[in-house]
Amino acid sequence: MKLTVWTYEGPTHVGAMRVATCMKGLHYVLHAPQGDTYADLLFTMIERRNHRPPVTYTTFQARDLGSDTASLFKAAAQDAVDRFKPEAIIVGASCTAELIQDDPAGLAETMGLSIPVIPLELPSYSRKENFGADETFYQIVKNLTRPAERTRHVTCNILGPTALGFRARDDIEEITGLLEDIGVSVNVVAPYGATPTDIAALPAAHFNVLLTPETGESACRWLEKNHDQPYTKTVPIGVGATRDFIAEVAAITGLPCRADESRLRMPWWSKSVDSTYLTGKRVFIFGDGTHVAAHARIAQDEMGFEVVGIGCYNREMARPIRALAQEYGLTALITDDYLAVEDAIQDAAPEMILGTQMERHIGKRLGIPCAVISAPVHVQDFPARYSPQVGFEGANVIFDTLIHPLVMGLEEHLLTMFRDDFEFHDAAGPSHHGGHSPLPAQEATVEIPPRDVQAPAADNVVWLSDAERELKKIPFFVRGKARRNTEAFAAQRGLAQISLDTLYEAKAHYAR
Amino acid sequence: MNLPLTPSNGGCRTAPVLKERGQREVFCGLTGIIWLHRKMQDAFFLVVGSRTCAHLLQSAAGVMIFAEPRFGTAILEETDLAGMADAHTEIDREVARLLARRPDIRQLFLVGSCPSEVIKIDLARAAERLTQVHSPHVRVLNYSGSGIETTFTQGEDACLAAMVPVLKDTTERELLVVGALPDVVEDQMIDLLSKLGIDNVRLLPARRIDDTTAIGENTVFALTQPFLGDTHAALERRGARHIAAPFPFGDEGTTAWLRAIAIEFGVSEDLFEQVTAAPRARARKAISQAADVLNGKSVFFFPDSQLEIPLARFLTRECGMTAIEVGSPYIHDALHGPDLDLLPAGPQISEGQDVDKQLARARVARPDLTVCGLGLANPLEAEGLSTKWAIELVFTPVHFYEQAGDLAGLFSRPLRRKSVLNLEAAE
Repeated sequence: MKLTVWTYEGPTHVGAMRVATCMKGLHYVLHAPQGDTYADLLFTMIERRNHRPPVTYTTFQARDLGSDTASLFKAAAQDAVDRFKPEAIIVGASCTAELIQDDPAGLAETMGLSIPVIPLELPSYSRKENFGADETFYQIVKNLTRPAERTRHVTCNILGPTALGFRARDDIEEITGLLEDIGVSVNVVAPYGATPTDIAALPAAHFNVLLTPETGESACRWLEKNHDQPYTKTVPIGVGATRDFIAEVAAITGLPCRADESRLRMPWWSKSVDSTYLTGKRVFIFGDGTHVAAHARIAQDEMGFEVVGIGCYNREMARPIRALAQEYGLTALITDDYLAVEDAIQDAAPEMILGTQMERHIGKRLGIPCAVISAPVHVQDFPARYSPQVGFEGANVIFDTLIHPLVMGLEEHLLTMFRDDFEFHDAAGPSHHGGHSPLPAQEATVEIPPRDVQAPAADNVVWLSDAERELKKIPFFVRGKARRNTEAFAAQRGLAQISLDTLYEAKAHYAR
Repeated sequence: MNLPLTPSNGGCRTAPVLKERGQREVFCGLTGIIWLHRKMQDAFFLVVGSRTCAHLLQSAAGVMIFAEPRFGTAILEETDLAGMADAHTEIDREVARLLARRPDIRQLFLVGSCPSEVIKIDLARAAERLTQVHSPHVRVLNYSGSGIETTFTQGEDACLAAMVPVLKDTTERELLVVGALPDVVEDQMIDLLSKLGIDNVRLLPARRIDDTTAIGENTVFALTQPFLGDTHAALERRGARHIAAPFPFGDEGTTAWLRAIAIEFGVSEDLFEQVTAAPRARARKAISQAADVLNGKSVFFFPDSQLEIPLARFLTRECGMTAIEVGSPYIHDALHGPDLDLLPAGPQISEGQDVDKQLARARVARPDLTVCGLGLANPLEAEGLSTKWAIELVFTPVHFYEQAGDLAGLFSRPLRRKSVLNLEAAE
């Protein structure tokens, strides 16, 4: 048993629901107790879908336990087929049904349905949501594809995006446009928007674009082995990765592949002088493996940040993320325990966090700006506006997303310059928050000790009052780091007290 | 005190009930934890279940999950399924770690889930053992919030029923008010009762374990929530007597509820009028303002919380709506009866659910307002039906006089919104 409050991933059958919900003409018959229907609201509320997920639950109750649940399953499956007339169904069990040992696959087979029945084995007590999605999509592909002639033109499939996928909707649009630009047409996008008939036609494409490794890799490997379709290894998130992706497509297809970069603004925005202040900003990156890897490269090579922490919650990506972290001189944090992530962030003391919904809250708690780069995300990260992550427009979107939480260069400069100004002192509060207009100058001089200075210093280093006063003059958003650095500096030198001089010596020591 | 409310045309108490079994689109009882832990300030709710349970709590709790909530899930892993002996050592270890980290916790609930019930982990025995280990500082109790046994608000029922056997004994003649209410509502209620001269009031659940509620043969109890069937039975087993009444929604409901208690405690009609006249007038005024757009509209309830019958009574009698179907996950005659008496005859009363069949009935009826869960709300809106999602009715203060206008407002807002949104071209 493991005590948890927050989970980065849901159970495996939610992964299967993500595949079923984004497809058309496919129905999922899920052997599950009353109550498991809660997962419907992830799709109808967070993703704002205007239809119920195509899932029929057996919703067995305590009084049904015993031999009854098997007939309940058969009735539910027959009902679903009659009512929704799908082209194919997938059948499986949720965590509780796994325990009562009805065999959905066997039961469905004995029913003699006229449509394909795809059984799912999703171990709920050892695997999680992403595995469920990947395995479900793999089973669907394995069961439904039929041999096909290659198309005359060069075409590809886009594989992996699912319902509840972070920016899946717009990533598909962006990459479809990019591929069309370089002369490659899209055969099928799957599972997002595909029907079982579309799945059958997958082998007609010349190659596959693996857009989301977490949910599409098994299917891509199987298609490579059985239908001789190579698949792309670069996920085109970021400018460099997009250019690498185009080169990879050129190598696979033998086409010249030249992209239109006229709308790509990110490199100039990043070179312009107002971005100079981004140099060496210390960032901590956590999320799913794919987005973490992409953002590590963007952060270092395209934004000029310093990456001070890398990790992911999906252990399927542990190996690539460990290797990547090593390249950055770091040790990867592979964990699904948000408390471990919070500790790591506190230790790394970054100036910015790139993470999930959870890291956003950790950031809020620690007073560190955060941008969301990966699922799990909440309703606000399923935006109405066009906001892809992949391709050149994705790079533009990411630049804006990453800098908005940071205080921009000019603003930061002004804050430092006027740090004793009545409008910028601690108690005045951010000027852009309504209802927090600056206090009158006279009241503002009233000493309000900030909490972080009151806290007892690490290793019992004592702050002398003049040093403490000076520390308070440092803008609040970098003060925590200044305090930690100074204390570490003092501790290294065995100093028991921090004077004004110690403060400035430490500042000089850490200057870059 | 001679003004009992009567139904206009016979009521629904004897109306035929459509009992259905099939797919149920409802929450399990674990969701009760989300509001119960806010009410019981020194309690922690430890679910013994699967990742699904943790995911459900996270989805239902929304942003609340980040505020150091006093609930969590001990997720069963493969090793836990392999052998039963292990489970108890595992629970003991997790509980010890939890209590060490949270010394402010005084009551711990081990909450059973579908997986723990199916593999029959004996949480009752675990609770007894842990109580001995951690007493006197911590009291450990157990109840089931599993989907196979409980629907949504029944989780609160199971929790409160588990507390009844350990309540202290008393011989005093006291009023026990049962059901978790938002603090502000609870305060208003106590104030009203005290103005009626009823001061010996106890609450279940109490805000803290130290305010522990006592019970005995002279206790009379009133329910503020309609989903407390098991608690009702457990209290009667301890010798307490139930004061039957409609539930305190709206002006009529609140007045009828208070009146039933006033009669029990021999409060004079003059005093009752004196105490309730002003808040009643306020409630009526607020309802009439908020309910303007509800008048003459039809409403269809999907089953969710067991609040459906008293709410249908409020909407039909005080807001001028017509009920087409009133679905409830369970109907309990002793609890829902007084409200069914007052609900004007006409609507189909249904118990249980076959969601696809019920959706078909709603599509044919095309109600002006459909009260349903979040899994159905947006899909129905997309079909052109206005919806009011039901969960909000459990989280929002809606009971008693001062909230009566807000309660009507919750139902009128979706209809007002439909009329203000104008997204078509101007032509």
